Amino acid sequence: MNKPIRTISIFCLLLFLALMVNATYLQYYKASSLDKDPRNRRVIVAAYSRERGAILVGRNPVAESVPSKDQYKFQRTYPAPLEYAPITGFFSYYSQTGIEQTENAVLSGDDPGLFVTKLVDLLSNNPTKGGSVQLTINAKAQDAAYQGLKALGPGVQGSVVALEPRTGKILAMVSLPTYDPNRLASHDLASVQAAYDRLNADPSEPLLNRAIQTTLPPGSTFKLVTAAAAIQSGNYTAADQVPGGPTYQLPLTSGPSGQISNEGRDCGTNRIPFTQAMGNSCNTSFAALANEVGAEALAKQAEAFGFNSHYLDDLRPQAVSQFPTQMDAAQTGQAGIGQYDVRSTPLQMAMVAAGIANAGTVMQPYVVDEVQSPNYDVINKVEPKELSQAVSATTASELTKLMVYTVDHGTADPAAIPGISVAGKTGTAQSGITSVPPYAWFVSFAPAEDPKVAVAVMIQKANIPRDEIAGGVYGGPIAKAVMEAVIQ
Amino acid sequence: MAQSGTLMGFVHRRRRGAELFLLVIALAVGIGGYAAVGIGVQGKVPADIVGYGGGLAALVIAAHVVVRLVAPYADPVLLPVVAALNGLGLAVIHRLDLAYQAEGGKHDYAQQQLIWMTLGVVLFVATLLLLRDHRVLQRFTYTSGLVAIGLLLLPMMPGIGTTINGARIWIHVGPFSFQPGEVAKVLLVVAFAGYLVLHRDALALAGRRVVFVDLPRGRDLGPILGMWLVSLGILVFQKDLGSSLLFFGLFLVMLYVATERPGWLLVGGVLFAGGAALGYELFGHVRTRFDIWLNPWQYYGKNGDLSFQPVEAMFGMGWGGLIGRGFGNGSPERVPYAESDFIIGAIGEELGLTAVIAVILLYGLIVERALRSALISRDGFGKLMATGLAGVFALQVFVVIGGVTRLIPLTGLTTPFLSYGGSSLVANWVIIALLLRISDQARRPVPDLSGDDDTSPDLEHTQVVKLS
Repeated sequence: MNKPIRTISIFCLLLFLALMVNATYLQYYKASSLDKDPRNRRVIVAAYSRERGAILVGRNPVAESVPSKDQYKFQRTYPAPLEYAPITGFFSYYSQTGIEQTENAVLSGDDPGLFVTKLVDLLSNNPTKGGSVQLTINAKAQDAAYQGLKALGPGVQGSVVALEPRTGKILAMVSLPTYDPNRLASHDLASVQAAYDRLNADPSEPLLNRAIQTTLPPGSTFKLVTAAAAIQSGNYTAADQVPGGPTYQLPLTSGPSGQISNEGRDCGTNRIPFTQAMGNSCNTSFAALANEVGAEALAKQAEAFGFNSHYLDDLRPQAVSQFPTQMDAAQTGQAGIGQYDVRSTPLQMAMVAAGIANAGTVMQPYVVDEVQSPNYDVINKVEPKELSQAVSATTASELTKLMVYTVDHGTADPAAIPGISVAGKTGTAQSGITSVPPYAWFVSFAPAEDPKVAVAVMIQKANIPRDEIAGGVYGGPIAKAVMEAVIQ
Repeated sequence: MAQSGTLMGFVHRRRRGAELFLLVIALAVGIGGYAAVGIGVQGKVPADIVGYGGGLAALVIAAHVVVRLVAPYADPVLLPVVAALNGLGLAVIHRLDLAYQAEGGKHDYAQQQLIWMTLGVVLFVATLLLLRDHRVLQRFTYTSGLVAIGLLLLPMMPGIGTTINGARIWIHVGPFSFQPGEVAKVLLVVAFAGYLVLHRDALALAGRRVVFVDLPRGRDLGPILGMWLVSLGILVFQKDLGSSLLFFGLFLVMLYVATERPGWLLVGGVLFAGGAALGYELFGHVRTRFDIWLNPWQYYGKNGDLSFQPVEAMFGMGWGGLIGRGFGNGSPERVPYAESDFIIGAIGEELGLTAVIAVILLYGLIVERALRSALISRDGFGKLMATGLAGVFALQVFVVIGGVTRLIPLTGLTTPFLSYGGSSLVANWVIIALLLRISDQARRPVPDLSGDDDTSPDLEHTQVVKLS
């Protein structure tokens, strides 16, 4: 019977070999694809339990992990939750948003740049720690923007974005209404789910970062782009006369419905100075200018400032600001004053101001300044990148003159800072829906001769009587406060 | 080779010292594992490490002393391997207890398992003490066959049989629950060995040759068809895929070894394929298991979440990787029944591929030592029994580990010595006792006193001093 026993031995050997080969396949070759499976909760729990890196503004964290006594070992906390939530996003058991999402690899310690520290941790049997992310945010500017917008009262929906024109650094980014990411980072998972469901169902959309995820008609602030196209065409300087008059009949239309008026502001007759047209925000002048440069040139100018494109890598998702490309003459006239289908994010309008401030060069906006190791050694410092040359330096300086006039003698005077030359433009955009109040806009930069900061303020909805809504009155002081915070 | 050695006058050494040395290493695995669980999960060596380690050591040393006394020539590797597996199993079950307790449940599987291990060692010792010669068992061929069938039918009896997780393989008497199939396994090996050693010639010699393969006669197909029907019966009435496969495979292996005719393997293979196809066509639970095996992702998180258990085990083993997460750093408790059928998943997650391979090799060693005993055994009954026990072990390990690691469709079986479960642990300790007895007989020097086996009363009286 020994021969079959030997055969059986070989058979058993094969069985055990198959088991070992299969175990190796599963635990070695297939391990990484199993770990990457989004349904693998072990990996999620491990990431959740790790000492995650901090998100820093200046020297202070706006998101950090502190030891906790429960099974997850570390609790993510947000020291200034409401003010910074649109930037940091939240880190919950189920998902992440904002910087927590885009910089997840660094914060969790899985980034290839952190390989060496991870290896040292592994060899010394320490748990992997995440790296830190330094933001470009200027804490004082952020405070000023947040407090200013909040002061408009409860129920305000709006956003403030401030940029450093020379680099594209985002100095402030505020969006209201906001939410408390601490509640979503809680280890009480049932309450996290409930809080998330509540926020998600809230009609005022607190989870939305209005600075980059809401596009609205920019109204009169868009006149800067129209003016840029007009000056860039070579036909105008700030000292020239532009078309004026109390009404403007849009081409291809007849009767009052196709007529643009100036809502009572003085825009002369026939020809008026460019400064007056900008200072009094003359709809008639800019509708006429838009048709003079034409739909194509206007679209090209808008796109040179960043319309119709993605440019923000640090936060997701970014809503693309839109400028229509197929327009007839009537639509072009409306688009020239920021109506019709023109839609812009607050960040986009801040970039228009920043581009003019930076001698016509639009810089790519960014919010992550540095990536640091767990020991705060700088691993990667972000270099400013040029996005486009929107207008020539001459055009930019002519536009600056118009904007300074608008602050000194025109509608944008609430943003004036004594002793500093400020350039600005207001906007009040019709929502196009009778029940929805108009949107108030304000863009500015200062000091005009050596710009340190460009700001865009957008107020989508506030407890203000409908007829009082104006970009200058409400947006101006906020922009002023932010500019002062940066300059002083 | 070993046999020819015996023929040429080779005498096996007792090697009890080697066994003791290996047992110390095995105890280091068990007690070290227990300490590592304490350090990994609670951050300190468990307070009862001395008591626990002492208890484990006492059990293992007691088993060793009994082997030394009543089976001095027994294989020296089997007991240490089993002690290591049992100790590792206890540590992992203790780890899972702590995880379940952290979730708020109150579990003391490890304590119960220790009690079952004690009972297992007691039965191990009793088997070695009472059964001085395995050939005695040949007398109980038909008795053990009948008892095995009876045990297999027990769960079907209303009142004591219960259905757990769809399989009706448990009986409950008072506070005790038991899987009679585990005991039936041992009895069936005895019955098959006894039957086949008597009828092997008839089964082997008659038949006709078809294309190089000797096919058996139609009238000799009776026993294999009978066993096939029993296996199908287990599949149909008890919905126990694993046991069904195990019993039929066991019978097939033993039939092949007894008759030395590969033709039986062919017949058995055809019957197995037929049975499997029939099961797939007729029974929903077989089809579901097979579909889950082919497409586990379609049943994960949807379609009833039927593949949650195997997929979580795969995630866990992948997460463990080469060296594992370490005790306390994984989440083996995510896999339902991690302490029983899926314990290899828990080992793979926290101790890594290294430990999984080590465990598979330990099982391989048990099978190898058992088959070696079969080779050198001097009687047909011993050969068949050792082969049968080795086969049952190899098949069970293959079916359960292969099922958990998705090599083959999942069929519920316990992982010998590792899994939590009294019936399985006790039955496996008895299997080891039987293997030690067979190997002791096989390795024992051929008695130089002629007539040692003679039953003449006169000689028995004159034999005053018996040399061990």
